[in-house]
Amino acid sequence: MSDKMTEKMEVKGLNFYYGTKQALKDINLAVQEGEITALIGPSGCGKTTFLRCLNRMHDLYPGNRYEGEILLEGKNILRKGIDLIKLRSRIGMVFQKPTPFPMSISDNIAFGLKLKGIRNRGEIEGRVETALKDSALFDEVKDRLNTPALSLSGGQQQRLCIARAVAVEPDVILMDEPCSALDPVATVKIEDLMSELKSNYTVVIVTHNMQQAARVSEYTGFFMLGEVMEFDRTKRIFTNPKNKMTEDYITGRFG
Amino acid sequence: MNTESREAATSSGDRIFKGVSYFFAISVMCLMGLVVLVLFKESLPSIQKFGLGFITSTSWDPVALEFGALPAIYGTVVTSIIAIVIALPISIGIAIFLTEMAPTSLKGPIGVAIELLASIPSIIYGMWGLFILSPLLGDYVEPFIIDHFGFIPLFDGAPLGIGMLPAGFILAIMIIPFISSVSRDVFLMVPSILKESGYGVGATKWEVIRRVVLPFARSGIVGAVILGLGRALGETMAVTFMIGNSPDISLSLLDPATSISATLANEFTEADHPLYLSSIVELGLMLFIITFVVLAIAKLMTRRYEKR
Amino acid sequence: MNLHYLRRKLVNYVALGISLLSAVFGIVFLCWILKDVLVLGLPALNTSFFTELPAPPGMEGGGVANAIVGTIMITVIATVVGVPAGILAGTYLSEFGRKSRVASAVRFLSDILVSAPSIVVGIFVYALLVGPMGGFSLLAGSLALAIIMLPVVIRTSEEMLKLVPDSTREAALALGAPQWRVTVQVVYRGALRGMVTGVMLAVARVSGETAPLLFTSFNNTFWNFSLTEPTASLTVTIFNYAMAPYEEWHSIAWGAALLITAMLLVVTLLARFFARGRSTG
Repeated sequence: MSDKMTEKMEVKGLNFYYGTKQALKDINLAVQEGEITALIGPSGCGKTTFLRCLNRMHDLYPGNRYEGEILLEGKNILRKGIDLIKLRSRIGMVFQKPTPFPMSISDNIAFGLKLKGIRNRGEIEGRVETALKDSALFDEVKDRLNTPALSLSGGQQQRLCIARAVAVEPDVILMDEPCSALDPVATVKIEDLMSELKSNYTVVIVTHNMQQAARVSEYTGFFMLGEVMEFDRTKRIFTNPKNKMTEDYITGRFG
Repeated sequence: MNTESREAATSSGDRIFKGVSYFFAISVMCLMGLVVLVLFKESLPSIQKFGLGFITSTSWDPVALEFGALPAIYGTVVTSIIAIVIALPISIGIAIFLTEMAPTSLKGPIGVAIELLASIPSIIYGMWGLFILSPLLGDYVEPFIIDHFGFIPLFDGAPLGIGMLPAGFILAIMIIPFISSVSRDVFLMVPSILKESGYGVGATKWEVIRRVVLPFARSGIVGAVILGLGRALGETMAVTFMIGNSPDISLSLLDPATSISATLANEFTEADHPLYLSSIVELGLMLFIITFVVLAIAKLMTRRYEKR
Repeated sequence: MNLHYLRRKLVNYVALGISLLSAVFGIVFLCWILKDVLVLGLPALNTSFFTELPAPPGMEGGGVANAIVGTIMITVIATVVGVPAGILAGTYLSEFGRKSRVASAVRFLSDILVSAPSIVVGIFVYALLVGPMGGFSLLAGSLALAIIMLPVVIRTSEEMLKLVPDSTREAALALGAPQWRVTVQVVYRGALRGMVTGVMLAVARVSGETAPLLFTSFNNTFWNFSLTEPTASLTVTIFNYAMAPYEEWHSIAWGAALLITAMLLVVTLLARFFARGRSTG
């Protein structure tokens, strides 16, 4: 744990609407730099919706609307005229299902590097290797970097996607239930990986698995019906929740 | 559905119903076989007379009763290639526009408009091409091409407004709706989560299309193109109006030529000798076989996109 | 780095701009063709166009009344032959054959025949019917169009029948109904809207065909209501008139083009509208 607390992202009074339907109500929370922040809650509670606000993924579809502020290092990313392409290269994302692009393993990682303007072959190769090592995938794939990414197993594909996100050195990595499509063994590997990443990156993870949140995260936010019921240190949420509903949820009385 | 349990309850009505529907399903296969058989039988005189030389001979002379298919095959292939070369980039552009760019309010109407373009009969394209497009090409476009690219043999010739290039152009307009609507359907199959991952690493819209959507959709697009090629090869009326109907092989795309389908349309009812008629039918048989093969390939390539 | 970024953005805008232009290109040609058909066709549409027989070459006036009626007759007979056959074959694929080899083969062949060159069907019917019968005929033209229509109807009706869930079939069978009753009274009813749409599109498609009629129904400058005589049709009339050197004929050809295009667009739009009703209702 780092001794000095800095807020990497800060969300203030965020409301979000799908057309006329309000999906998030007055969200306030802060994401600490170099820590893993977990978002839990029953399905449909808005945790994924919230996550996708953080890199403005909702802008891909018409009719979505934000209110409030999301600050990334003090600057509001909801302001008009912000460059979404730049924003998204600063905030990486890993999805529920592995999403390898239809190209080779190394090209998957090189994709983001080339976007950053890195043309030098040697540098690309080096950074591909680093990213694969960082995501604990290198030993498994080093002999077949040029085979299609789709030939990997599900767990390997997901680690490749994490490697792809890591390679461009984003400020924050968003993970949307990254283990929900994986078996327990692969899940353990990803969780180990998250703990490794913590030293260099800020991670926000959505999970429906409370044990996972308890295992990997430092902070936890409990969402329900589009609102944050409680946000605190993970230890506190799981041992001594202030909110009755949080307690009911984590003790499995509903959900 | 479980067939065993049904068999037990099969009434005579069921047997008749199943039998009749089976008969009509089978009839498609019989029809197909019959088409090949009948065309083959009718072209026998020509096949016996000219043999394989029919395909390689360039002489098409009804007076001397000399028939060679090469000019018609050449014209068919060249016009179809021109059509694909023009139609492919435009169709992909349309599909990109419809799936990735257009605001929701425009997607519907433009999609419908493109499909309407497909429902206009080919004779209207042909007639419009002959009366409206051809004079424009002959007066403005072709002189420009000849002036600037005339040193290339492909573009050396007289600005007639009819010929292989005009025929290929009108064919392109006709097959754009097919290729673009199939490509659009294939693009829509690209999982949105995959595109989001592209955007998630900070790619621009074009980079996502270029690196994620197009590679994912590649074999579907190839299938769409071959489907368009199948259509172009067999299209008759539009080509007949625009190609100039001259059984010559010329390197210049601006020169009049002929195609298999145009020869069929123009000369079939004029064929006054059994050998003449038989040669024309053999052309038809070849066209049928070529398009069958091309369409079968297209079908196999697009099949996996239709499983859903 | 910054320059690289600007270039990426520039490439993005250029590529998207080209896509936009392609869409505009497609729309422009559609509008252009429709505009010309409308502007050049409208003046020809007068009373005599709809009521009179063709005038001799070079003479003023005359109409295409016989061709209008001819197109309707050819299309109606083709529909009467092709649609029931297509629906029954589609029924076999969806209700009986399903994944059997025969069904797959029929499906594959139908898909190919949908795009096969229609002029070849014209030659086929010529060899099969026109030669032996000793002349062009209404019947031959109708048969050619019925053959072209068949694969279209087979595939659309199968698709529509497949949309009816198996649970519906099983529920009806569980009541003790024989399968043919289940199919006719339950499955057909469930798929009705879609099948009507499919049939409308198939009819629209064949009524615009020219090539297969050239050697089958041929042409006729007079009225014909006999199955065994040559029959005029709008599309063949357009072909002959447009290829002829007379201004008056060109004008009438545009009129006929407008008539058939308007008819097809209306049917296609209606079919789409009808199909949309299905998804919401």
